[in-house]
Amino acid sequence: MATAVSRSGGTPPTGGPGKPFPPPPPLSHLGSLMRGVRSVDQVGVEERAAALGKRSIKKASKLAALDLVIRCMDLTTLEGADTPGKVAALCSKAVRPQPGDASVPSVAAVCVYPAMVPPAVAHVRGTGVKVASVATAFPSGQTFTSIKVAETREAVIAGADEIDMVIDRGAFLSGDYQKVYDEIQEVKEAAGRAHLKVILETGELGTYDNVRRASILAMAAGADFIKTSTGKVTPAATPPVSLVMMEAIRDFHHETGRSVGFKPAGGIRASKTAIHYLVLLYETLGPTWMTPDRFRIGASSLLNDVLMQIAKERDGVYQSGDYFTID
Amino acid sequence: MDVRKTYKMYAGGEFIRSESGRSYRADGVNVPRGSRKDVRDAVVAARSAFGGWSRRTAMNRGQILYRAAEMLDGRRAQFVALLGADRGARREVERAVEVLVWYAGWTDKLAQVTGTVNPVAGPYFNFTLPEPTGVVGVVAPEKPGLLGLVLRLAPALCGGNTMVGLLSESRPLPGLTLAEVLATSDLPAGVVNLISGRRAELLPWLAGHMNVNAIDAAGCTDEELAAVEKAAADSVKRVVRLSARDALSPYAVTSFMEFKTVWHPIGV
Amino acid sequence: MALTARPPSELAGFDWEYAPAPEARDIVTIAARNQLYIGGKFVEPHSRKFFKTVNPATEETLAEVAEADEVDVDRAVNAAGEAFRSWSRLQPARRARYIFRISRLLQERSRELAVLETLDGGKPIKESRDVDLPLAAAHFFYYAGWADKLEWAFPNRSPRPLGVAGQIIPWNFPLLMLAWKIAPALAAGNTVVLKPAETTPLSALLFAEICEQAELPPGVVNIVTGAGQTGSYVVSHPGVRKVAFTGSTEVGKLIQRGLAGTGKRLTLELGGKAANIVFEDAPLDQAVEGIVNGIYFNQGHVCCAGSRLLVQESIQQPLLEKLKLRLGTLRLGDPLDKNTDVGAINSKQQLAKITGLVESGVREGAEIYQPECRLPERGYWFPPTLFTGVSQSHRIAREEIFGPVLSVLTFRTPEEAVEKANNTPYGLSAGIWTDKGSRILWMTERMRAGVVWANTYNRFDPTSPFGGYKESGFGREGGLQGLLAYVDLN
Repeated sequence: MATAVSRSGGTPPTGGPGKPFPPPPPLSHLGSLMRGVRSVDQVGVEERAAALGKRSIKKASKLAALDLVIRCMDLTTLEGADTPGKVAALCSKAVRPQPGDASVPSVAAVCVYPAMVPPAVAHVRGTGVKVASVATAFPSGQTFTSIKVAETREAVIAGADEIDMVIDRGAFLSGDYQKVYDEIQEVKEAAGRAHLKVILETGELGTYDNVRRASILAMAAGADFIKTSTGKVTPAATPPVSLVMMEAIRDFHHETGRSVGFKPAGGIRASKTAIHYLVLLYETLGPTWMTPDRFRIGASSLLNDVLMQIAKERDGVYQSGDYFTID
Repeated sequence: MDVRKTYKMYAGGEFIRSESGRSYRADGVNVPRGSRKDVRDAVVAARSAFGGWSRRTAMNRGQILYRAAEMLDGRRAQFVALLGADRGARREVERAVEVLVWYAGWTDKLAQVTGTVNPVAGPYFNFTLPEPTGVVGVVAPEKPGLLGLVLRLAPALCGGNTMVGLLSESRPLPGLTLAEVLATSDLPAGVVNLISGRRAELLPWLAGHMNVNAIDAAGCTDEELAAVEKAAADSVKRVVRLSARDALSPYAVTSFMEFKTVWHPIGV
Repeated sequence: MALTARPPSELAGFDWEYAPAPEARDIVTIAARNQLYIGGKFVEPHSRKFFKTVNPATEETLAEVAEADEVDVDRAVNAAGEAFRSWSRLQPARRARYIFRISRLLQERSRELAVLETLDGGKPIKESRDVDLPLAAAHFFYYAGWADKLEWAFPNRSPRPLGVAGQIIPWNFPLLMLAWKIAPALAAGNTVVLKPAETTPLSALLFAEICEQAELPPGVVNIVTGAGQTGSYVVSHPGVRKVAFTGSTEVGKLIQRGLAGTGKRLTLELGGKAANIVFEDAPLDQAVEGIVNGIYFNQGHVCCAGSRLLVQESIQQPLLEKLKLRLGTLRLGDPLDKNTDVGAINSKQQLAKITGLVESGVREGAEIYQPECRLPERGYWFPPTLFTGVSQSHRIAREEIFGPVLSVLTFRTPEEAVEKANNTPYGLSAGIWTDKGSRILWMTERMRAGVVWANTYNRFDPTSPFGGYKESGFGREGGLQGLLAYVDLN
C-alpha cells in the first residue's frame, strides 16, 4: 500500500509533428503497486451491497438517518446555465431547507462551478454552510495540469472551502498511474487549507478492480475524500461501487491510520437510496464515519424527497411536492 | 351496437398502424398492410431488446412463456370465436396453450440436454453451451392462424432470441390478437414483433436484412424458400425450415442457437 | 440491536440503532390443532395423540400436531398406492400442469409461508422470504417442466415411475426440503408420503392446503406428522417402493441397514463438515462474506455449511482481522425482525449439542472468539462463534456441530489444502476462494465433495444437482441427475 511514493522524475515528452515521442519512463514502484492491488469479485460485492439494501430502517432510526442525510448533503448545481440568481436560490435552500421549521438542519455545503464561487460565498457567509467548488476541468479533466492547478488556486482565492477535483481517467486507463498521482498531489498543494475531494468517475473505470486501484491511488496521493462521480456520466454512484470504495478506505485506514471521507454523487434522488448508502457506510466503516467530516452526498433533488419523508414519518401520510420549496 | 376493434400490428411493445397508412382486407376487416419500413423498424426493436432478453435467467424466460399460456388460456372464448367457434377451433386453442407450456418448461433444461462438457485430451476444462443467435425472422404459415404462429414463436423465445414475425397473409387476425396476450405476459418490449401485410412484398426485405441472424422459414413455399436462402447468403443467415415432425422438440429451439465452446487450463 | 460493544472513544460518531422492523405475523393463521393429510383430506390420527410445536425464539407453543402411528402410516401409504394407479397413467402434460399450479400457488402465498417457516423454525424472515420460498417455488416450476419431457432426459431409455415414495425431511429448511423431495417424485409420476421433522411440521401442513387449492388428485401427496418413530413406519412399510431421507448420518445409516435386502430404492442426504478454502490471492472482503454466509447463514443449520475455514497461512492474520470485525456487525435477535441476520437455534436439544461441542473445543485447547452479543431471555440462542488454533484432531474439526461455529485451520500449499479438506468421512461440499481460474479447476478435480463452490458459497438452484460423497450420502437432488432417484430406467 502506497503512503508516499517518489516521482519517477523526468521531463514531459516533447514529441510533435515529425518528432518522435521519447520512450515511456521505466516501470515505477507505483505502477507495480497498482498492478498488485487485490482484485474484487463482482458478483460477491454486488450481492453484499444489495443485501444491505434490504435493511428496514423505520421510525426513530429513519428520522435520525434523514437528519444525517441533510447534514451531510452537498447541495449541488453544476450547469452551463447557472447564474448568480440560481446560485442565490440554491444557497437559500441550503441554509434553510424547510422555511418555518427550525428543526430541519442546514446542509453541509453547496457545490458549484468555480465561476459561481463568489456569489455562493456571499450567500452562505456566517451560516456554517461550506462552499465546495469543482475544479480541474470538471467534468472531463481533459486539459493541461498547469490549468488544473491554476483553476484550483483561483477557486480557493475566491473563497471555496472545499475542492472537488477529477482524476485524469485517460492517464489512469492507459496505465500512467504516476501522472494521476502527481496531479492529485499538485492540486492538493494548490488547494492549501481547502479540503480536497478526489472524484474517480467510477462509471468510466470499467471494473471494480480499477475502482479499488483508483481509490488507493487517490488516498495515497493525499485525498481528504474520495468521491464516486461527477454526475455527468452514467452510471454514477451505485451501491456496489460505493462498497468497494468504502472497503478501500477501511484498508487504507488500517494500514496508515488516516481516515479518508467518502462521497457518492450522481443519480441519488430518493431517500431510500440515500439511506441505503448510510447502511453501507455504517456496516462497513462504522459509527465514526457517520459525520459530515467523513461522509457527504452530492445531490440536488434528493433534499425535497428527504423533507417529504420526514413529513411522512411525522404526519403519517404520503406527501406532495407542492408543499416543499424548489430552489 | 358494437365498438369495433381496429386491428393493429405489434412492434417495440406497442400497437401500431403501418407507417405507410395502408391496409388490406382479411376475414372481413381492415388489417394493417405493413411496409418494408415497418419491417425495418421492427428489426431495430428486436435487436435493441435482444441484449436484455438473452441475459435474463432461463427461469425468468420460462415464467414469462408460462404467463403467456395463462393469458391465452384466459382468452379461450375470444380465440375460439375468432377461429370459427367449432371443435377444430377449440382444439387449436388448447394445443396452442399446450405448446406455450411445453416450451416454458424447456428454457432451464436446454443447456442440460444439448450442452456438454467435453473430455479433451489435455489439462483443460472444456464445455459447450447453446446460446441464442439473435434476431430471428419468422415466416408464419398461412394456416392454422394461431397454432402455426405459436409453434414458431415459442421455440424462438425459449432459446432467448427475439423475433420479427410476418403473419399469415390470409389469416392475420389470430396473430394480431395473440399480441394482446403477449403484451400482458410481462414480455419486454421488442422481444416479439408481429407484422401483417403482403407476403411477397415483405419477405425479401426480411430475408435480405443484414441485421437479422436467422430465418424460420416454416411458412415458405419451396420457391419462397429458394429465394430466401439466396438472399440469406449475403449475411450468412441460418435458414431453417423444420418439418412437422420437429414440431415439439428441443431441437426446434437449438436450430436457432449457436454452440459456444470454452477452454480453460487446469493447474495449480 | 447493535452487537458490538465498542470502546467509548470510538463512539464519537453516530451510533445508529436500527428500530425494530417486525414482519407482520397476522398474515398466517395457525390452527390450534392440526390433523394428518391423507387421501386428499385432513383426518384425525388413529393414535389420537398430538404433540406440540414451539417457536424456538420465544418458547411459546404454536400449535398441536397429530402424531401418526403405524395405522396412520399404513392408511397414508395405501392412499398413495391407490392414487399411483391413476396418477402414473395420467398424460404427462397433465401432471405437469398440477405441478406448475403448485409452483404458482407457492409464489402467490409466499409471504404467508415465509412467516410460518420463521415462526416454526427460528430462521430469520429475510432468509425464509428471500431464499427458502423463492427456491421452493422454483423447484416445483423446474420439475413441472420435466414431467412431459422424460424421454429427453435419458438417451435411449423410457423412464417409468417407481410407485410410492416415502420421504423424511429435516428441520433446517422445512419447505425447501419438501420441495426437493416432492417435486421430482411427482414429475416422474410417483406419489408420496412425506414426514416433516417434528420441530417444524407447520409449513408442510400449509403445503397440504396448497395441494387442495391446486386440486391435486387425492392421495398423490400425503403428509404424516410425527417424530422418529413415525419416520421408521414410513421407511419400513412394504408398500413404499422408494425411500428418500435427509438428516443426520447416524440415522441415515440406521435406515440403510434397515432397508437391506428389501429391494427398496434409497437416497440419502446426510451430514457434512465442509472445508471453505481461502488462498492468499482471494478477493478478501468477498471471501469474508462467503465465509460468513457459509457458516452463519441459517445459524449454521446447514448440512453443506462451510464449518471448517482452511486459510492459507500467509494471509491468516488479515483475513481473521476482517472476519472478526465482520462478526461484530451480525445482528442476532427476533427472527421476525427484517433486520435480523442470525436467528434462533431450532430446539433445546440442538442448543445442548452445540454448547457441548463448543465446550469441547475450549477444553481441547482451541482459542474461542465470540463478538459481544446480548441474547434474548427466552428462546434458544447461540452467538456466532469462531475457533482459531484448531487442528484436524479436535472434535470441533471432525464432528458436525450444525450451529454457528466456525473452526479455523491453516495450510501452506494447494496439495496440503486438498489433503486436509478431504480428510473427513464426510464429502458433501467445499468452497474455494482464489483469483486464479486454473487453480479453481485443479482444486475441484481433486475435492472429494458433491458440490464445490468457487468464489461463492451456499448457492442453490433447482437446475443444479446437490448431494454428497462418502458418508454425506448418495443420490442427487436437483437438475437432470435429480430425476434418476425417482425413475426406473428399464
